[in-house]
Amino acid sequence: MKHTRDEHKHDLHTQPREKEILPQQPGERYVKPKVAKAALSVALEERRTQLAGATVVAQLISDVDGTALGGRLALPAATTVGQLAELVNRLTATAATDAVPYAFYVDVTDSNGSDGLKDGKQESALASSLLDDVLVGRGVSAELGLVIRFRPQAVFRVRTVTRCAASLSGHTEAVLCVAFSADGTLLATGSGDTTVRVWDLDTSTPRHTLSGHTGWVQMLAFAPDSRVLASGSTDATVRLWDPRSGAALGPPLRGHTGLVSALAWEPLHRNKACARLASASKDATVRVWHAPSRALLFTLASHSAPVACLKWGAEGFIYSGSRDKSVRVWDADSGKLVRVLDGHAHWVNALALSTEFLCRTGAWSHDLSAKQAREMSQDEALQIATDRYNKYAAQSGPAGKERLASCSDDFTIFLWSPTEGKKPIARLTGHMQLVNHIAFSPDGRTLASASFDKSVKLWDGLSGKFIDTLRGHVGAVYQVAFSSDSRQVLSGSRDSTLKVWDLATRKLKMDLPGHADEVYSVDWSPGGDKVASGGKDRVVKIWRH
Amino acid sequence: MPQNEYIEEAIKKHGRRFDHDERKRKREAREGHKLSKIAQSLTGFKAKLYNKKRHAEKIQMKKTIKMHDERDNKQKTGQEPVADGAVPAYLLDRENQTRAKVLSNMIKQKRKEKAGKWDVPIPKVKGMDEAEVFRVVKSGKRKSKEWKRMITKATFVGEGFTRKPPKYERFIRPMALRYKKAHVTHPELGATFCLPILSVKKNPSSPMYTQLGVITKGTVVEVNVSELGLVTQSGKVVWGKYAQVTNNPENDGCINAVLLV
Repeated sequence: MKHTRDEHKHDLHTQPREKEILPQQPGERYVKPKVAKAALSVALEERRTQLAGATVVAQLISDVDGTALGGRLALPAATTVGQLAELVNRLTATAATDAVPYAFYVDVTDSNGSDGLKDGKQESALASSLLDDVLVGRGVSAELGLVIRFRPQAVFRVRTVTRCAASLSGHTEAVLCVAFSADGTLLATGSGDTTVRVWDLDTSTPRHTLSGHTGWVQMLAFAPDSRVLASGSTDATVRLWDPRSGAALGPPLRGHTGLVSALAWEPLHRNKACARLASASKDATVRVWHAPSRALLFTLASHSAPVACLKWGAEGFIYSGSRDKSVRVWDADSGKLVRVLDGHAHWVNALALSTEFLCRTGAWSHDLSAKQAREMSQDEALQIATDRYNKYAAQSGPAGKERLASCSDDFTIFLWSPTEGKKPIARLTGHMQLVNHIAFSPDGRTLASASFDKSVKLWDGLSGKFIDTLRGHVGAVYQVAFSSDSRQVLSGSRDSTLKVWDLATRKLKMDLPGHADEVYSVDWSPGGDKVASGGKDRVVKIWRH
Repeated sequence: MPQNEYIEEAIKKHGRRFDHDERKRKREAREGHKLSKIAQSLTGFKAKLYNKKRHAEKIQMKKTIKMHDERDNKQKTGQEPVADGAVPAYLLDRENQTRAKVLSNMIKQKRKEKAGKWDVPIPKVKGMDEAEVFRVVKSGKRKSKEWKRMITKATFVGEGFTRKPPKYERFIRPMALRYKKAHVTHPELGATFCLPILSVKKNPSSPMYTQLGVITKGTVVEVNVSELGLVTQSGKVVWGKYAQVTNNPENDGCINAVLLV
């Protein structure tokens, strides 16, 4: 007894007194017991070996027009995505040299007739094989009939951007807009220091500084033939520049009485000279200019509040969205109001067109070199652009129609078919904050929306069905942009990062930190090799693989 | 004392004398000379009063002239300078834009931590001696032992803290003075948030107080700012930042602090 007491006494002296009073270290995490995980993987492995030799009955259905391809097929469960693609190519009698990659989506027709979707999300595309993804991954019985929808993908693949290749400093105020030219060889940025800068992308050095505006440069737009750059500013003027020589093309286009908020060029396939330009302004009007003669052709004035966004469609219409809650469709030749698309309950923030990528790139496509594109004659360019557009328009069903999406401060997005009527195709709800920007994928099948609720949401571009939410940003998302192969989407946010998301897995593919402040504007070059971003830290960054 | 407005009435009735305007002009022209004569001849307190009045008049006159000049100059230059704080068109006219700037990078903070110095809002704090912070607790059957201390200031104890058995507990931190949260003001946003305290980083009075978690005015505490959504340069969410206590928690019953940016 005595002995123990001594021991205690001893303890009291040797033990540092601080020990008991040290504040507990925060941040201890709960470590998941590894045993359960291991057991789970064992169970999955067991199921995998059991089903390895199984056969599933499947029906292939085209996702483009919904027609069945062939009859019901008995496929080995171990069929991979590559093998399925080969099968589809064989069944559609496509020559091996023209083989198209496909993405596959599996619907399960179970006895209840439910489509097996959980919480409204669509299943992601098959990643490896039927066995791994469907039978093991989703736990679907091998005896159920599968419906496999296939969707053609771009024949080329854009490698994701992974690093910051260059930080271009020079602007002395926040960078408000960045824009790649249609052929991806030029990059122009507009800033709050009233200048527009054109950068040499090969050497990542400044090429021209275009000064002339007396207000913040809010908007930049390259003509579809990349020969003219238009810039709109808070000084209520639009200026035209030659981006290659850095010269101003005449005096500014005056006429607006409020800041210029959006610009849109006429698509190449409707006018081979790319002569007409529309500008939207805070004075609630849209003005259409003839660029070479600098003449005002007509003014579209029936909005009752500032016009926030503007698009020039592929089918001869001009679309404008305004803070008076309406989207208006105008005839581009006569300037007449065709229809008013009502539905939003608050400001319309941005518009997106399913044909936007076609209109933007004009005659340029991934199989043309920059030199070829530059030296092309106007007639050749017109021919190519018209062919590209006709190919798009020849698609059956809604896929071949021009679809317009508008997003608003009322947290919703509307999907319209503006050439046909004023009834919306769908009203897309789900965002918890205002939706700032939307973009259609170049193939027109997916719509991405950037919202101040820190999320990016993906929607089906044809029906407007919800696909998935991409979470990861910790600040409001300002802008989104698609890669030209429609496989990735890029988002720029107020939290100073850019993020690249994969459309097949719907996961974060690449996180691109580096900006020191909010990222105001992002653009993915039509060639897909570069991404440009600009923000409040006055630096333009170029990202590449 | 004049009764009623008889002068005005007379002017109304009969008009002014014919040379009124000329006399007025001459009087005004003589005004300067008259004032000068007065100014030169006055002495004493009257001079003092007069000079003071004249001084104020001159200042007013100069200001007026300057204002007229400025107005004229403005017309000449015509253009306004470009406003600062450029924002893209989609952010114009949006109110309540709380500006969560990317505050500081981690390196800066670490460097400061190493040096043990912060550029803090309250640089000088009153020292706290032990007699003020600790109260002697008598123990033992005859209350003759005096090795126990009770802390009389607000404290922070970690999450999983358990008290030692009485025999080994030298410092008692009373439950009523323990705090888990602090009202932290962001100096740039001008907003206050109630944030959980993570640790006591430094009590300037003594390292022992730091270890004990004593929170007095001027103490630097680490708070959990993950709710604010601040990000570092590398895009990671900042979750621990330092804040300095600005009040006397033991008197006020709450902890007010200002975030160190």
